[in-house]
Amino acid sequence: MNFEIVWDSLPRFLSGAVLTVEITFISLAIGLILAIPLAILRVSRNPLVSLPVQGFTFFFRGTPLLVQLFLVYYGAGQFSDTLRTLGLWFLFRDPWFCGVLTLTLNTAAYTCEILRGGIQAVPHGEVEAARAFGMSGSKLYRRIILPKAARIALPAYSNEVIFLLQATSLVSLITLMDITGVASRVAARSFAFYELYLTAAVFYLVIVYGLQGLFRRIERRLSGHLRDRPLEEPSVPRG
Amino acid sequence: MESIAALEARWPTLIEGLQMTLLVGLVSLALAVVFGLLAAWAKLSSVRPIVFAADTYTTVIRGVPELVLILLIYYGVPTLLQSTVRQWGPGFADFRLDLDPFAAGTITLGFIYGAFAAEVFRGAYLAVPRGQIEAAVASGMSRVLLFRRILFPQMLRFALPGLGNVWMVLIKATALMSVIQLEELMRKAEIAAGATRMPFTFFLAAALLFLAITAVSVVVQGRLERWANRGVRQA
Repeated sequence: MNFEIVWDSLPRFLSGAVLTVEITFISLAIGLILAIPLAILRVSRNPLVSLPVQGFTFFFRGTPLLVQLFLVYYGAGQFSDTLRTLGLWFLFRDPWFCGVLTLTLNTAAYTCEILRGGIQAVPHGEVEAARAFGMSGSKLYRRIILPKAARIALPAYSNEVIFLLQATSLVSLITLMDITGVASRVAARSFAFYELYLTAAVFYLVIVYGLQGLFRRIERRLSGHLRDRPLEEPSVPRG
Repeated sequence: MESIAALEARWPTLIEGLQMTLLVGLVSLALAVVFGLLAAWAKLSSVRPIVFAADTYTTVIRGVPELVLILLIYYGVPTLLQSTVRQWGPGFADFRLDLDPFAAGTITLGFIYGAFAAEVFRGAYLAVPRGQIEAAVASGMSRVLLFRRILFPQMLRFALPGLGNVWMVLIKATALMSVIQLEELMRKAEIAAGATRMPFTFFLAAALLFLAITAVSVVVQGRLERWANRGVRQA
């Protein structure tokens, strides 16, 4: 066991952890903002509206994140001339941008389906009552459906947050120095593979359990008076 | 239309990759079922240390990214064993151990998804009505007969949706095997992308092939569930 190398690389691991958390939260925030309107379109009865959204979520949930990441980061190279004339090449050359873009679209697709489940689980009586009061359209969504759907979807969403955090480890494969990236870089020079990957695993475990504790508190606060049955969502990560 | 010509030329290697992906996926799933059944049995046991070990396994595995676990097992385990064995004496100084990517990959994936399958099996066992088990015992069934006639057929019914989810996630996770140079679909796409300088074409082709696996899996899962639920009255 070579603990010295772990000790010496702790500062780099810490900056890796900052990058991991940064990428996770930026992708989550933008993904959530995208997912709310997408989920509303997704539950539309008009297939012209819901089918494109269904296609989007099917693609991002049905293919490996690694393929999506390489499709954006390396795939953009195939269109470098076009991207250059559009003035967008500096973005697609940047692994940070490509990583955040892919993770954002990916989490938007998963979150959209989670929210759809939440919206469809809102008791119909509540919607009827709101309509009887003369609410419709955006007011109905803003006051009744979305708050209720959010509360129903929260347990599934907290799983999504944990899985996205773990999924960010793939950005190490497009040269970013997140927790996994730091472990791989230092291990390649020192051959201390198991010490460094174990350290990376411990870093992830600490962040995951911190987040889980946080979500448990939010859930308790939000549902204290209601105690709804949580929405059943497959609790497995993506590949 | 260069893309189409390049795709046509490399199509057979992509199909080879697809076959490898399916093989890795199925072997990993089989291992996951074994690990999952063992862990579920351990979680339902009344012996404290066994329950603790199973709980630790499922919680730790679910808190660490698959990529880190794969790298840890593929690169970490051989180096750990090498450095341990070499300390035994000068006769072992040249000891070298390399893991086969296929074995390392399937064992790792089976080990990871076994943790998820364990919860599925535990839930399925608990979903079998207790009265039926009591009735079976009362009619004098042995434990083997009880498992074969009462528990297993019903556990299958309750476990299929969860196992279907595990499969969907597992098959996508096989793409990570490209990191340890296993020549599955993703790795073949990478090789073709590098050789032809058409990364978008080949990664998109890989994505569409994965999408095809997902689509077929959804259909097969539906059929299997209908089969497992035969004889159950539904509204």
